[in-house]
Amino acid sequence: MSEISFSFDDKSYKGHPGEPMAAALLRSGLLTITNSTYHGRPRGVVGLGVEEPNALVQLVSGTMESMLPATVIEVAAGLAARSLTGIGALPDHPEEARYDKTNRYVDTLVVGAGLAGLKAAEEHLRAGREVMLIDDQPGPGGHLRQLGQELPPALREVLAHKNLTYLCRCTATGLYDQNYIVAIERRSDHLGNAAPANRARIRVWHIRADQVVLATGAFQRPLIFANNDRPGILLSHAAATYVAVHGVRGFRTAVVATVDNQGYRDALRLHKAGVTVQGIYDVRPGAGGPSVDAARAAGIPVRFRATVLDTGSNTAGALDNVIIRDLDTNETIQIAADLLAVSGGWTPIVDLATHIGIKPKWSAEHAAFLVSHTTDRLRTAGMLAGDFGGDDDPSVYFGPALDEEQSRHAYIDLQRDATLHELRRAVGAGLHSIEHIKRYTTIGTAHDQGKTSGMLTIGALCQLNALSPGDVGTLSFRPPYVPVPFAALAGRERGPLSDPIRITPLHQWHVEAGAVFEDVGQWKRPWYFPEPGEGMEAAVRRECVAAREGVAVMDASTLGKIDIQGPDAAVFLDRIYTNMFSTLPEGQCRYGVMCKADGIVFDDGVTTRLGKNHFLMTTTTGGAARVLAWLEEWLQTEWPDLKVYCTSVTEHIATIALVGPKSRQLLQELVKDTDLSKAAFPFMHSREATIDDIPVRIARISFSGELAFEINVAWGYARHIWERLWALGAGYGLTAYGTETMHVLRAEKGYIIVGQDTDGTQTPYDLNMSWVVSKKKEFIGKRSFQLPHLKAAGRLQLVGLLPGNVDEVIPEGAYITVHNAGPDEQGKTPHTGFVTSSYYSPMLGRAFALALVAGGLDRMGEDVVVPVGKNLLRATICDAVFIDKENLRRD
Amino acid sequence: MLYIPCPHCGLRNETEFHYGAEAGVAYPEPNTLTDSEWAKYLHIRANPKGWLAERWVHYAGCGRWFNLWRNTITHEIGPAWLPFTTKPKAPGNIGQEGPRV
Amino acid sequence: MNDTLSPGTIGRRQAAALPEQPPQLWKSVKPKKAYDAVIVGGGGHGLSTAYYLAKNHGLTNIAVVEKGWLAGGNTARNTTIIRSNYLWDESAAIYEHSLKLWETLEEDLGYEMFFSQRGVLTLAHSVSDVRSKKRNLYANALNGIDSEWLTPAEVKKLVPIINISEDVRYPVHGATYQPRGGIAKHDWVAWGYAKAASDLGVDIIQGTEVTGFDIRNNRVQGVHTSQGTIAAGKVGLVAAGHSSLLAELAGFSIPIQSRPLQALVSPLLEQVLNTVVMSGAVHVYVSQAHKGELVMGAGTDAFNSYSQRGGFHVIEHQMAAALELFPIFARAQVLRTWGGIVDIAPDASPIIGLTPVENLFINTGWGTGGFKATPGSGWVMAHTMANGRPHELNRPFALDRFETGHLIDEHGAAGVAH
Ligand SMILES: Cc1cc2nc3c(=O)[nH]c(=O)nc-3n(C[C@H](O)[C@H](O)[C@H](O)COP(=O)(O)OP(=O)(O)OC[C@H]3O[C@@H](n4cnc5c(N)ncnc54)[C@H](O)[C@@H]3O)c2cc1C
Ligand SMILES: [Zn+2]
Repeated sequence: MSEISFSFDDKSYKGHPGEPMAAALLRSGLLTITNSTYHGRPRGVVGLGVEEPNALVQLVSGTMESMLPATVIEVAAGLAARSLTGIGALPDHPEEARYDKTNRYVDTLVVGAGLAGLKAAEEHLRAGREVMLIDDQPGPGGHLRQLGQELPPALREVLAHKNLTYLCRCTATGLYDQNYIVAIERRSDHLGNAAPANRARIRVWHIRADQVVLATGAFQRPLIFANNDRPGILLSHAAATYVAVHGVRGFRTAVVATVDNQGYRDALRLHKAGVTVQGIYDVRPGAGGPSVDAARAAGIPVRFRATVLDTGSNTAGALDNVIIRDLDTNETIQIAADLLAVSGGWTPIVDLATHIGIKPKWSAEHAAFLVSHTTDRLRTAGMLAGDFGGDDDPSVYFGPALDEEQSRHAYIDLQRDATLHELRRAVGAGLHSIEHIKRYTTIGTAHDQGKTSGMLTIGALCQLNALSPGDVGTLSFRPPYVPVPFAALAGRERGPLSDPIRITPLHQWHVEAGAVFEDVGQWKRPWYFPEPGEGMEAAVRRECVAAREGVAVMDASTLGKIDIQGPDAAVFLDRIYTNMFSTLPEGQCRYGVMCKADGIVFDDGVTTRLGKNHFLMTTTTGGAARVLAWLEEWLQTEWPDLKVYCTSVTEHIATIALVGPKSRQLLQELVKDTDLSKAAFPFMHSREATIDDIPVRIARISFSGELAFEINVAWGYARHIWERLWALGAGYGLTAYGTETMHVLRAEKGYIIVGQDTDGTQTPYDLNMSWVVSKKKEFIGKRSFQLPHLKAAGRLQLVGLLPGNVDEVIPEGAYITVHNAGPDEQGKTPHTGFVTSSYYSPMLGRAFALALVAGGLDRMGEDVVVPVGKNLLRATICDAVFIDKENLRRD
Repeated sequence: MLYIPCPHCGLRNETEFHYGAEAGVAYPEPNTLTDSEWAKYLHIRANPKGWLAERWVHYAGCGRWFNLWRNTITHEIGPAWLPFTTKPKAPGNIGQEGPRV
Repeated sequence: MNDTLSPGTIGRRQAAALPEQPPQLWKSVKPKKAYDAVIVGGGGHGLSTAYYLAKNHGLTNIAVVEKGWLAGGNTARNTTIIRSNYLWDESAAIYEHSLKLWETLEEDLGYEMFFSQRGVLTLAHSVSDVRSKKRNLYANALNGIDSEWLTPAEVKKLVPIINISEDVRYPVHGATYQPRGGIAKHDWVAWGYAKAASDLGVDIIQGTEVTGFDIRNNRVQGVHTSQGTIAAGKVGLVAAGHSSLLAELAGFSIPIQSRPLQALVSPLLEQVLNTVVMSGAVHVYVSQAHKGELVMGAGTDAFNSYSQRGGFHVIEHQMAAALELFPIFARAQVLRTWGGIVDIAPDASPIIGLTPVENLFINTGWGTGGFKATPGSGWVMAHTMANGRPHELNRPFALDRFETGHLIDEHGAAGVAH
């Protein structure tokens, strides 16, 4: 086999590509991988895979994922890692690897490609089903693979079946409702330097399977004894595999401590690989079966009713000797050994099953919690289901009785340095529940999530309280089964793809014009259009002046638009809006307000009657989806008798608002077939027309109080119309404006923005809009206006505010206090409302604001104080309409 | 990620749907109600532990509202039915073993 | 090598172990036949209620009845963000009272809880977000609550790992900062209250589910439990996640929907974050706990559930948002996810006070954000139970607000408010 070198803690080591890094380190004689997190004790490799509690490293090559067990990292060219004391680090240079996600719907998903999983896959394939088989190992075979054995030919055929998808290095991390499985496939780390640059490092699989078979196998358990954490103490199956399969030669003399026949099989493997096995110490009074016979035949000494009590170390901290206790006489003997292989029985991997709430059941015969849960859609197989295959015959045993001093070094959770002593303290403190004990001791909370320590905790608790594990129950396992990098879960949803960006058909024009954009929901809207050297304030003033004195244009395409048709459309709108729409003549527009059933204003906008049974509703930019959903909910679930059809046309129709005294003249140059004059085309009317043969719908709607036209045109034609306006507009000083200017203009007229001048507690009355509330009909929310609080005196009402200092724009959100009121004895200052919108008005030549003020409509002319930081700003309450109260300008 | 049977489109992932709480709460005749009865309509919805008849809308699919029996402990999904059609009986109790998936 | 690995912090380090827990916590007892008062629900709120009943009101012949293991509900599952900078005066008052109690709680209970006032940042990501956060700030100032506005550069100074670049999908426009906000160790908070209550003579009864009420002449006389009936002069329902079910058992309905809310932690990481960071707009709630794990809150699931587990798509979405703000988190790992069941009222505010049944009191609706209220909630609940009428601080949170329409709508402030 070829050898390559890799680096660990800045030293170079040799290894075979694809073997676990832990194997290579052991083979080169590195027993102590790190020091423990809290106690600083030397620690080495314990296990074979994701159950590893000690040998945690951080990748230094490649992506530098923060924490991985050396038992699962495959040796590859260019691999570099460093040891961790249980604490990872987050490098701050960007992580550039690619991560992706995919979905899969299959007939059967089998988790685990050991013998049981392969057999299950075969069965389902034979039944004509499409099967997906996933396994976290680099190859199939599970336990067989760890024994270094080949798959039987029949199972190799299964892997080649055309209806099978087999994924290795693919770990099911969570089992969720309705057979939904999330799996993580590691696709490139094992290739090291040779990994193709464009390959996703990890792929997250979202699998929905008609049937799931869990064949996840089992972890071997350690035992609790004094100083059970020294380098050189391994799970017996791991020790035998490292020695027999991976050629680890450093161990010369071994002691095997066991509670089952697995210990015998591993002892034999060690023996055959040349390790001197000093003895098998078996807690059972006797044992039989082929595994026992084979070990004995090989001449390995066996001693029953004996187990390991304590260990000693050499100067490097690694295992040096083992103290064995005779369980009947309590006599101890010391045996020199550099390997202690421990077989404490098997712990089937119940994690996935418990994710969806299945409770594993204790089987004394197996000395294990099993999941034999079977439904027509979920089955378990292999060790998880209790099929241990061999002649194990385990004893339910977790470790010898230990005195207090011994218990201080008898580790239950190696990674958390949590000992039997702490567990006893927890029980002594009055804790009984395993969950409390876990929380008191932190057992089971580290990177390995208690894969080996969980069962030991249960065992120790049983010994203390003379219970059976069945009484205690398992710890609750939570997804993910193994830690998953954040980056993998984020996948490609990063940067611009982290949330969709919505743009209008004029977006590119705005970009070219140097617009500064504002995020409004997912939309990008021009905020203002600075000229070279201009800041926001100057730009907005210029834009405002253009709209009030010349002509200005704005892209209003983000407005929500809902096409509403059907014989009952008018009746429907009467129920939805607080005001009447059935009386609206065709070809005319009306502003409407809608409330939720609780009487609180929810959205507003102008709706145009295009025909007897046809309306076009506009909503706020942010409210479009909400409003459509609202309409549908009422139609479908309350009023199925109404024949009405609602269609979102937000992205079908672009809207260009042309605003200002010169807007009519400019637009008339383009519109040849429709008379735009005041007499022929009154305010709040809508007309079909053409521009360059392009059909447009023009409406005399004004959100600024100025003479204004809204040009609605098919999305794809918008840029053309806009360019034409722009070209012609040069002679008129046509100015583009953004949302900020729109806000100033509308606030000057006292027009509200739902969500800015409302906060989810205002009725239309509070907004001084009693005129929009019909007394003649029922509508959603009307009943709530009768609730005591909604008609109480002193509610916040929308008013205007004039700052005492004409140049002082009061910050939005600032609160209004009563004249000269200071903090009370609790440090609280009573307030009487707050500022919702606040701007400088070039038209007024001063700052102004809108505010919600308690009983404000009856407080016109009152002086109030607005504390802002240390300053007390003064202002006077006034009407919310600042410009053109007579509505003369709009014509 | 529940797997929800839209009566029009078949089984789809939960992320295609919006939730609508208890099914079958009819809009009352508002003006005949006391404040307290009206408040009940506004704010009180069933919240049982076990089978709940609830509303969903397949907003990212067909856009239709429908009703569904779902178990709030196990997330088992029962039958779906259309508004204004007969509500099927609640499914039976779950087994001792734990949830059926 | 270490310099490339550590963003302005240390290289490999030895972690500081947590302080040892006391040798004796609370006594678990079997129920007596009768108590002056029984509190249903042994979460943080139920335990603090018991403690203040005993300490402030001298009621010691009382019991806390918990169906599972003590404080195993939301108390054991939350992300422990503590702050008081709420928008509405009523909310600010009760949360601020709570925060003041937190500030002396360890001393008061004689119990270490890792209460750490490391500050809470709440980010704004758009012009309108800035506007509403600033309103919140001004409201806080009038309510005497410490709260400051930070520019993106100031945010960066406080949290060097945050990405304040203009190029991200939703750039950081600024933040409010409450320096007195922070975190605590949830289990220890509950255990501290349990121990202190137990030391004052309160009976703590675990593994006992309340299954019904003994109500005669519209007055509660006791509770039926899985261990038999317990007579009680007064009963307080403090059972987050199950409050509407208990109300139904007592014969009345409350406007509560129960939803899963998830959170997650990473393995231990070297310290990169010393402040709590919240962003309602992009759904990130994160702090780095004392041992070094990142603790993150996710969103609620869309539907009612009692399953204590949530959908995975919620977590995935959470990670995408987190990496936008903290690119450095890319290499961190999700170690464990879990869910709790939160009881949510229509206005996202709690319900604390009297019920239609005499001597039966309720405390619920803390939704996604009640851990921070643990001391304050218990304080006012104890007052309400002892006196038969609400404390000034919980009067606005009475059940009848849904009939008068006087809701306290904290929804507007944040969808999920930890
Ligand atoms: C994931 C998550 C993150 C959160 N993050 C935060 C945060 O950062 N900051 C914050 O302030 N808040 C947060 N919260 C909210 C917070 O956890 C809760 O509001 C708070 O813990 C509620 O306290 P409690 O003591 O009433 O609840 P719980 O601890 O849930 O206590 C209720 C108890 O009642 C028991 N019970 C129920 N029914 C019965 C019965 N019939 N008989 C007997 N006992 C019964 C339950 O078993 C439970 O132990 C979060 C919640 C979750 C789920
Ligand atoms: Zn559908």
